[in-house]
Amino acid sequence: MSSLYDVIPPAAGADVPVRRITVEVNGESRTMDVEPRLLLVHMLRQGLELTGTHSGCDTTSCGACTVLVDGRPVKSCTMFAVMADGKKVETVEGMGTASELHPVQEGFKQEHGLQCGFCTPGMMLASKALLERNPNPTEDEVRWALSGNLCRCTGYQNIVKSVLWAAEKMRNDQPQEA
Amino acid sequence: MSLDEIKIGGMGASRRRVEDNRFIRGKGKYVDDVVLPGMLHMEILRSTVAHANIKSIDTSAAWEVPGVRLVLTGEMMAARNLAWMPTLSYDTQAVLATDKIRFQGQEIAAVIADDPYIAKDACAKIVVEYEQLPAITNPFMAQDPAMPIIRDDKENQPTNKIFDWEIGDKERTDQAFAEADVISTIDLHYPRSHPSPMENCGSIADYDRATGKLTVYMTSQAPHIVRAAVAMVAEIPEHQIRIISPDLGGGFGNKVPIYPGYVISILASILTERPVKWIEDKTGNLISTGFGRDVYLNGQMALRKDGKILGMRMHTISDHGAFYADAQPTKFKIGLMHSTFACYDVPAAHLTSEGYYTTKAPGGVAYRCSFRVTEAMFFQERMMHAAANDLGMDQAAFRRVNLVKDDMFPYRTAFGFLTDSGQYDKCMQVGMEAIGYDNFKAEQEEARKRGKLLGIGISTMTEPLGAGNSREYDIIGIKMFDSAELRVHMTGKAILRTGAKTQGQGHETTWAQIVAHELGIPADDIVVEEGDTDTAPFGMGTYASRSTPVAGAAVAMVARKIRAKARKIAAHLLEVSEEDIEWELGRFYVRGNQERGVTIQDCALAAYSNIPDGLEPGLENNAYYDPPNLTWPFAAYFCKVEVDAETGVWDVLQFVAVDDCGVRINPMIVEGQVMGGLTEAYAMANMQYITFDEEGNCIGANYMDYLLPTAWETPGFELHEVVTPCPHHPIGAKGIGECATVAGPAAFVNAVMNAIEHTGVRNVDMPLMPNRVYEALQTGKDVSGMPPVKVG
Repeated sequence: MSSLYDVIPPAAGADVPVRRITVEVNGESRTMDVEPRLLLVHMLRQGLELTGTHSGCDTTSCGACTVLVDGRPVKSCTMFAVMADGKKVETVEGMGTASELHPVQEGFKQEHGLQCGFCTPGMMLASKALLERNPNPTEDEVRWALSGNLCRCTGYQNIVKSVLWAAEKMRNDQPQEA
Repeated sequence: MSLDEIKIGGMGASRRRVEDNRFIRGKGKYVDDVVLPGMLHMEILRSTVAHANIKSIDTSAAWEVPGVRLVLTGEMMAARNLAWMPTLSYDTQAVLATDKIRFQGQEIAAVIADDPYIAKDACAKIVVEYEQLPAITNPFMAQDPAMPIIRDDKENQPTNKIFDWEIGDKERTDQAFAEADVISTIDLHYPRSHPSPMENCGSIADYDRATGKLTVYMTSQAPHIVRAAVAMVAEIPEHQIRIISPDLGGGFGNKVPIYPGYVISILASILTERPVKWIEDKTGNLISTGFGRDVYLNGQMALRKDGKILGMRMHTISDHGAFYADAQPTKFKIGLMHSTFACYDVPAAHLTSEGYYTTKAPGGVAYRCSFRVTEAMFFQERMMHAAANDLGMDQAAFRRVNLVKDDMFPYRTAFGFLTDSGQYDKCMQVGMEAIGYDNFKAEQEEARKRGKLLGIGISTMTEPLGAGNSREYDIIGIKMFDSAELRVHMTGKAILRTGAKTQGQGHETTWAQIVAHELGIPADDIVVEEGDTDTAPFGMGTYASRSTPVAGAAVAMVARKIRAKARKIAAHLLEVSEEDIEWELGRFYVRGNQERGVTIQDCALAAYSNIPDGLEPGLENNAYYDPPNLTWPFAAYFCKVEVDAETGVWDVLQFVAVDDCGVRINPMIVEGQVMGGLTEAYAMANMQYITFDEEGNCIGANYMDYLLPTAWETPGFELHEVVTPCPHHPIGAKGIGECATVAGPAAFVNAVMNAIEHTGVRNVDMPLMPNRVYEALQTGKDVSGMPPVKVG
């Protein structure tokens, strides 16, 4: 694991109190000085330039900002960066590599599970968390697991198909036990 | 051997989307993702009240916050002649308020600071003293002479009325009513709704004093219109303005208008000489930007007892908020409301409309529809439903008697539109079979015996999509054509740019498919770019389902120009005359000798390396397309619901959608558009609306109050297709992006009404929330969305 030392200068000058935190983001340890009130979504977007996490509604309603914190889907607009101190955060940028996609990413493309793409990173991370705890979900289980994430384009039907596509691929990719 | 069109990603291929490659990696580039060196951040202070005189604005404490660079007020905007701006409907709108507040959420001041948190902090320190005036929250209050004049800034505005408008033949319509056996009536409210794309609005203005160039990244569905408007408002020469609309997180009409925030960020950049970013929050988006609908619809229909429609009357009263900022063609004051009943053979029709100012946010945008067509078609299908019941006729049979027949095209509607193609009855048959229509009555009766309330609803429509033609359609005087520019490189790869602007519709994928179809260049070899006014040809943008009908046609036309030139090059390469050349997909060959030929790629290389004498080098061209007519897709939707009599909750048991959008470029994308549209229709029928309390507070200012359906509530949809090519479109395509939102709501409402109308109820206004349905079931009376009308 690589270790980076980032210090984001507090914008308002020296008199703003800051706290030093260390967060593991997509497998890399990042240390930052942050204002206690800085939201996790802004730490990721502005501080670490991980703009794949989107800010949609500011009220924990839409799920565009969903990231995984220690593997659980969390809406990063309603969590302070300091609360992520010592935790593992996964964003869309950590799902796959440039050449190799996560099956959920592949599924969304295959089944036309996105249109404008704004809700997509949050949707995919919520889907990934679902499939990690339930590798063979029913359609209803997918719909329930994604009910904290809003999409205005697709009508969800193809999102559900995308997740089921990924589930099947992940089950097929599992090494068969002898 | 001709190419396999599906294999090269041509027309009809469900090609996977090119744009997805970046979106699924989190590498989309939305406005808020753009970071410029030295960029400052802007926050807007909005009014907390709906209607008030401004007594004072004290910004001194905001200036004191460390990191604040600039605080702008209306007074400072006025000093530069920027306190007001024109709207897209020839009205004016306040950029920052100078005199009076006219809706809750109106822009009062802006803080520009080093960091968005600081800007927000400083905004909170601005003190505004209000002298409150009565809130006027509906057009009936607006008519009350005791109420103040909202637009006292305007000369010749003695009342709150914006317009009176009419269309159709009153005399013939009166005659039809005089001859009628049955007259059916209906009163409806189509409630205010907000398009609410996931991404809010925003801009980054970057004025470079050294070059005089203004670059603005902006959430705009129509960047070229913005460039023209900025040139007019900001008095910057048009060639020095570059509007870049990057990836858009949805639009649905919300990103057509020009908002105060854009203008303020531009002035802020000019004054600070730094890039200035403004990103609206969700509440700002919901309470201040373009809403849809908010119309009261009254209708009457003259009928013969055998079911033939003789005539119809319609009266609309619309609420436009504080500034008349509808985005719609100039000629039509209430959009294309008069497209109502375009799919039915109605001999006489008359429409009257009145529009009013209220102390609500301005808008009246075409929320996922072609300029008020959603209201027009909802009215049509609720009217049809009521009329069939009044006649005692079956809903499907009544529609089939009156739908325009296949052999009646081209058909001139009573309001003057020319519909040109369709197989309406066939669509009805496909849908009826899929939903098991003929068995439904027995099913319904059987269910009633078990205490279950089942209902079936039908909605059909043909929608005028793809404005213009330029004879009739313009926005602020700019004619509604569109454009495409195609550059084929020497290796046979190409770049295509259009004047449209994708927001999720997948233009980067489908436009390449049209080029592949016309030229045989594999779609993967064509890159598509839109949204940058410095590089894209002038176009009117994407809304009202106009991209495929207009810009898509321009793509086909420019590809044909390229093919015509390539043919000359092919003749040169094959050493025969042009007349002896034949074309098959991707290849020219000598007539009578199919083996002897050259590919389009061979011609591309020759265009740069072996050009015949007398021919210009290169293989690039552009096309501006002015459509001869609108395109007229058709939809027939069937919905089956079950209503719980004890709670008023209703569930969709089955939904069948039959869409005829002509030739489908990419069936996967078409189906995606239909499913998305149906979900917005379901939302409007069921939960999604914005209302106001007596003080003019917006109820629906965040996603806890403004309900949008999630994956859990949204029903599944069953899609079917019928294909009637558009006779005038170069590839036979019609618009599709909005059909489902337009035709969908009435299918849900008619189904619920069918389940409960045995109680005597004729209408429950949208949204059909459980409490409204329950009330109707309990009382047997209509539940109206009409506000209590205050008099005196």
